[in-house]
Amino acid sequence: MKILVCVKQVPDTSGKIAVNPDGTLNRASMQTIINPDDMNAVEAALKLKDETGCPVYAVTMGPPPAESMLRELMAMGCDGSYLVSGREFGGSDTYATSQILAAALDTIGIEEDDILFCGRQAIDGDTAQVGPQIAEKLHIPQVTYAADIHKDGNTVTVRRMLEDGYMTIKVKTPCLITCIKELNTPRYMSVAGIFGAWQRPMTVLDYEALKDNALIDKSTIGLSGSPTNILTSFTPPQKGAGRMLEGNNMATCEKLASILAEKHYL
Amino acid sequence: MNMILSNPDYDSTNLEEFKNIWVFCEQRGGQMMPTTYELISEGRKLADQLGVKLCGLLLGENVDGLAKDLGGYGADEVILCEHPLLKTYTTDAYAKVICDTISWMKPEVFLIGATNIGRDLGPRCAARLHTGLCADCTHLDIDLDLYKAFLHEASTLPAERIDGLGTAKVLGKDHDISRDLKMTRPAFGGNLMASIICPRFRPAMATVRPGVLKKAAYDEAKAKAISVTRFSVELSEDDLATEVLEVVKAAKKLVDLVGADYVVSVGRGISTDVEGGIKLAEELADVLGGVVGGSRVAIDSGWLTSDHQVGQTGKTVHPKVYVALGISGSIQHQAGMKESECIVAVNKNEGAPIFDIADYGICGDLFKVTPMLIEAVKAAKAAK
Amino acid sequence: MDFNLSREYQLLRKMMAEFTENEVKPIAAETDRTCTYPKENIDKLFELGVMGICVPKEYGGVGADPLASAICIEELSKQCASTGDIVATHNGLCCDPILMHGTDEQKAKYLPMLTTGRKVGAFCLTEPNAGSDASKGTTEAKLEGDHYVLNGSKVFITNGYVAEVFVVFAMTDKSKGTRGISAFIVESSFPGFSVGKHEQKMGLHGSPTAEIVFQDCIVPKENLLGQEGKGFKIAMQTLDGGRIGIAAQALGIAEGAMDEAKAYVKTREQFGRPISKFQNTQFVLADMEMGNEAGRLLTYQAAARKAAGQPYTKEAAIAKLWCSEHAMKTTTKALQMFGGYGYTQDYPMERMMRDAKITEIYEGTSEIQRVVISNNIGL
Repeated sequence: MKILVCVKQVPDTSGKIAVNPDGTLNRASMQTIINPDDMNAVEAALKLKDETGCPVYAVTMGPPPAESMLRELMAMGCDGSYLVSGREFGGSDTYATSQILAAALDTIGIEEDDILFCGRQAIDGDTAQVGPQIAEKLHIPQVTYAADIHKDGNTVTVRRMLEDGYMTIKVKTPCLITCIKELNTPRYMSVAGIFGAWQRPMTVLDYEALKDNALIDKSTIGLSGSPTNILTSFTPPQKGAGRMLEGNNMATCEKLASILAEKHYL
Repeated sequence: MNMILSNPDYDSTNLEEFKNIWVFCEQRGGQMMPTTYELISEGRKLADQLGVKLCGLLLGENVDGLAKDLGGYGADEVILCEHPLLKTYTTDAYAKVICDTISWMKPEVFLIGATNIGRDLGPRCAARLHTGLCADCTHLDIDLDLYKAFLHEASTLPAERIDGLGTAKVLGKDHDISRDLKMTRPAFGGNLMASIICPRFRPAMATVRPGVLKKAAYDEAKAKAISVTRFSVELSEDDLATEVLEVVKAAKKLVDLVGADYVVSVGRGISTDVEGGIKLAEELADVLGGVVGGSRVAIDSGWLTSDHQVGQTGKTVHPKVYVALGISGSIQHQAGMKESECIVAVNKNEGAPIFDIADYGICGDLFKVTPMLIEAVKAAKAAK
Repeated sequence: MDFNLSREYQLLRKMMAEFTENEVKPIAAETDRTCTYPKENIDKLFELGVMGICVPKEYGGVGADPLASAICIEELSKQCASTGDIVATHNGLCCDPILMHGTDEQKAKYLPMLTTGRKVGAFCLTEPNAGSDASKGTTEAKLEGDHYVLNGSKVFITNGYVAEVFVVFAMTDKSKGTRGISAFIVESSFPGFSVGKHEQKMGLHGSPTAEIVFQDCIVPKENLLGQEGKGFKIAMQTLDGGRIGIAAQALGIAEGAMDEAKAYVKTREQFGRPISKFQNTQFVLADMEMGNEAGRLLTYQAAARKAAGQPYTKEAAIAKLWCSEHAMKTTTKALQMFGGYGYTQDYPMERMMRDAKITEIYEGTSEIQRVVISNNIGL
């Protein structure tokens, strides 16, 4: 049994966003972080590792600097990692990305009692598509929005959150589970983990390493493998600044209430 | 698990074979999800722009009674797939039936509500059907002139660039976008918007954010005229790799932020007295006749449950009045509330970004201002 | 020569910064106001391997070095100097002397306790009448058969009422002055050990400081640390290393105060513009940054020399002296930038200023540091 966790390095959108004049994101000027939901996926994997002793591997697709994220994940406790990286993979939309990641996971090898974890969605695109699409392409079942996970032999019982409640779902391994923040609190890197992070293996899977996989074809990856195209990207206009009311006393509040009443908001 | 399409000749690149607009009509326990009607209403407009039929795709067990209302909001036809294994949603059964139906009937556009179920189902189907999916859309167009008008209104793109739109470079070739579904969605917390097309494959698929599109007026005549087509479902236990052990509705009634006319939200500013801050927000919401929401900080810190969250990762609200108490107004938060008709912000920090988008701002301590505001609103309402 | 921290230390800093932001910062003001020992966070620091960070893996530690310890203390102290102090004392003043001077048996027994066993450590040298001049200590240890009997009391003991393992200095031969001092490992469960008065301090309210009383306290003979009469040397060596921890703590306080001030002056507007736009503000912050940079270089240098087995007595004294005086200056000036708000408990400035003061006093006052430095420059 082993666990594979798919993770993504994303720009930190919690601070100021830098936008190029053409409306695209200025990624170079922004800090990168590990996608927050993916941290919950890693924690779910490490918890199972604590219980069962099974190895955990982090898998990401991204440019070479994504190594720094993989080192952090190994400092948290992942036993090894895979960096799927290559010029040929550039320009991929979610469909092509899941195609490449599925090929990478298939190359790593998925066995009967393995589990795949993903975060619910990445904060840069918020699509929540790559997880289910990997599962589809690997022909394994998926459970999304997991808020609780129990493994018992080769079945996993998951509490899957809905807007108005939840479902309890039983699924056989191998399966793919996407995790939400309610699932757990990600652990910190440990000091021992940090000083061992560069001793743990990181395997680079480039186009050469994946090209013989059935899922990989020039027409299924990169721009030509992406069914969607960006027609335009733009920044919305700033809403006209409102007005600051003077003071912060009773008179100010009365003034506000009378404006709201006048404008029929009350 | 059977993932092979029942139509062996299905080819998502034969664009001319695809026709009509479909909406996935999500029901839970026999109750239609409200966002379905939003999608039907929007789908009606898109179908008219293309001059094609609007069909609702309805899965479940004994759900034919729901067809009429779909007609009332604008559907011409309901494609009904009934089976005991469709009673409760499972990814496996729903994806199989939907993909099989699409492989035979070939709609050119397929819309799904971006609920937790829709966002589970959409990507799985798009992958199986080998087509593109745009997630969590907030705006849809087909007609090019309407799309341009939208961009003039909602973007900062130069007018000449918008007016010049007509083709897109697709794999090096000019592609005419006039019949493509133009799917607009926020990225990076709404600071950046993108319009996506799916030019080479069909159906063009989108999941659409609940609460964003407006529901049309109910048309009784159209409801009566709805035609129902039954699609014969081939499904067995072997098609399912997952088993639903139970479905539990949250005991506590979750707050209906999306439909509220008044929302009073709290953020980091209440950290010095969380209980007191929430109590004040509740009082103000009561006086206004609305509900309490919260910023991401308020939810992540455990001050409010996640059904209260307003913002990119929470709900999108457009109440008449949105009151932000002690919320700095990060871009993620703004994404969920900036379409409110009137925004009132109370914040200690004069430089808080919330004041950039607020219609009315009061710079002050929310613990001091809010009680006064409650009194003032009470008085103003009494005077009416 | 490369002045950049290597990748492991950079990652350690990142982890500690996240920990401090998420776990330490939210409770720092409360910890101070209620004088509460931050037990939960100390337990978490045990779990992460920060407590006893230099202890080798074979004894339950993670086998890191004094530089790693300094970085941890620095980051914690940016938000809570008390937490930094607890870690500095545990690592520098308890684990370190046992590691340096303990027998294999002592190391095998006590170091796992101080790491995986999650027992906090402390250091007992100062007495009511023996502060900077340790030779005036009156706590006595008499050998009686297979054990020593300790009598006397120690004051201002950091971690005093939470620690379970103490490195204690006592006179085995009063007639020999400092050469009559010996070191012992004492457990709080030993008969005759008790905790006296809990000190009410100006700052470091989260750091548990107490008097420790030995009344016919029975300490097994095998708990003598090092040889009889070598205690003073052990104490001085321990304090050399401990000073690196206090330098890091003071540095963290200064950096934390500067971070707060920098953020504040950007939002505070007076005379129509943010006060960060006034050169007066900018120059003060520039001086703070200069002091921080110097403090970092001095502290890391001392730590790196210790890690490499090079002499570091002078370097540690310089780092401690520089950082503590700089922390005092910086917190005072940073508070000034906040004006009246800085003087209130609504902002952390007054706490930081109170916390900074002790760094000029303990583990050798600023005056003692100057003595150490002058002794090391051939005077």
